[in-house]
Amino acid sequence: MSAQSTDIATYNFAYLDEQTKRMIRRAILKGIAIPGYQVPFASREMPMPYGWGTGGVQVTASIIGPDDVLKVIDQGADDTTNAVSIRAFFKKVAKVEVTTDTARATIIQTRHRIPEHSLTAGQVLVFQVPIPEPLRFLEPRETETRKMHALEEYGLMHVKLYEDIAKHGRIATTYAYPVKVEGRYVMDPSPTPKFDNPKMHRSPALQLFGAGREKRIYAVPPFTDVVSLDFEDHPFEVQTFDQPCALCGAENVYLDEVILDDHGGHMFVCSDTDHCEKRRGDPTTPLWGGRAEGAGDLATTPATPTPALRADPPHKGEGKEAE
Amino acid sequence: MDIATQSIEGGFADPVFNAQTVFRAIMDAMARPGSVQALPQLAQPPAPLAATAAAVALSLCDNDTPIWLDPRLQAEASVKAWLGFHTGAPLANTPADAHFALVANPAEMAALDGFSQGTQEYPDRSTTLILLVDDLASGPSLLLEGPGIEKTAMIAPVGMPRHFVEQWKQNNQRFPRGVDIILAAPGSLACLPRTTRIKTMEA
Repeated sequence: MSAQSTDIATYNFAYLDEQTKRMIRRAILKGIAIPGYQVPFASREMPMPYGWGTGGVQVTASIIGPDDVLKVIDQGADDTTNAVSIRAFFKKVAKVEVTTDTARATIIQTRHRIPEHSLTAGQVLVFQVPIPEPLRFLEPRETETRKMHALEEYGLMHVKLYEDIAKHGRIATTYAYPVKVEGRYVMDPSPTPKFDNPKMHRSPALQLFGAGREKRIYAVPPFTDVVSLDFEDHPFEVQTFDQPCALCGAENVYLDEVILDDHGGHMFVCSDTDHCEKRRGDPTTPLWGGRAEGAGDLATTPATPTPALRADPPHKGEGKEAE
Repeated sequence: MDIATQSIEGGFADPVFNAQTVFRAIMDAMARPGSVQALPQLAQPPAPLAATAAAVALSLCDNDTPIWLDPRLQAEASVKAWLGFHTGAPLANTPADAHFALVANPAEMAALDGFSQGTQEYPDRSTTLILLVDDLASGPSLLLEGPGIEKTAMIAPVGMPRHFVEQWKQNNQRFPRGVDIILAAPGSLACLPRTTRIKTMEA
């Protein structure tokens, strides 16, 4: 331990100073004690702009220790800019081990997805949240939304969902789908696709939410009821996909559309890259023949991941990460 | 040893990592009420303040958080000096002003509703009670349920406040207001957040 503390000369461990960590830690404990309630905290400026996960980074920095293994995902992917740079940040300022393996990680910081691999007790999922207040677009005044939460007055949210039905014939909200936590607070699950809402319900992992710009922290303890709002005649439903993942053949997972060329060629692949790569690396996975429309040769499934099939181009600095 | 020396010695040997270790134990205990988290002895406070409770105070308290001390701790100048030196936290005049309350003698403590309960708008502005107990296994059993507990959990702390089950039920009824409890025993701790319900056993 002491060797580690002398290693880090320029920054305090995990970047934040100790008083800031204590303040955030107190907010996290209050958040856990009042599931779904947004605890105000004195969010700090971080060496990255708002919108890049400053809330999640501050939560992670406050809970992380030298023995933790950190995974960071951005829309399910381990290899996109946000995920790579936050992972690199913690490698630099906390010297912690990082991984892309969901099962091995003790802390998973996420932007807008919950991994497909089921989480276990002892894991902590840290969400980056842009707008923590689910009622904000219905009522812009913080004084009012606070009163609405205090009085458990959530009729407006049901009106919003009803207006969806009146306009579109169904609840058209597909992400940031409001949930009720432990029968009390209506909470924004952050802009995860509603596909992931059922995974929050009675999850064995602790879920922490950090909103840096909006200065709020909230939490869902393990084994806590998280129920998506709906109506008796319009029950909550998750997205379904006609085709399995074009790379690994996985069904019942969340898929991203990937454009392949300028002629309308596209395919649907797992949003969770770790899940997809694991399945493709596993010889027992029944391989999917490839049904990407107009994708030509690209659609033939390789047994191992190749750079040609990546959903995004590799970017600067990525290769430097030794993982 | 005079008070000045006593108040300086016995803090965290490695403030950054010790505070993180203690916080993670508290966070895990708060997220899984009734689970007992082991904690090595990281602080050596003057008596009657005990090591675990002192470590909790060091990891969570600072000049933003007034601490209330129960009469037994209040009576010890060395405890006040030690907490003052290591945390910088001011002492709260009344239980209702406290962010944290350290209670060395829970059996004789004031009623839970005398502490800050938070408001309906800001239920987080409540007191977190740190109760010093002798152990978490040999007292009357409490059967727990609520968020963080898969089915039920069991804990048996010694020397809890009088009429605790009844007081805790009232604390539950005030939700989202209410106090949270950290039970600090030698070498371990457990938490009772305000959401945890104590199931009374039908005899």
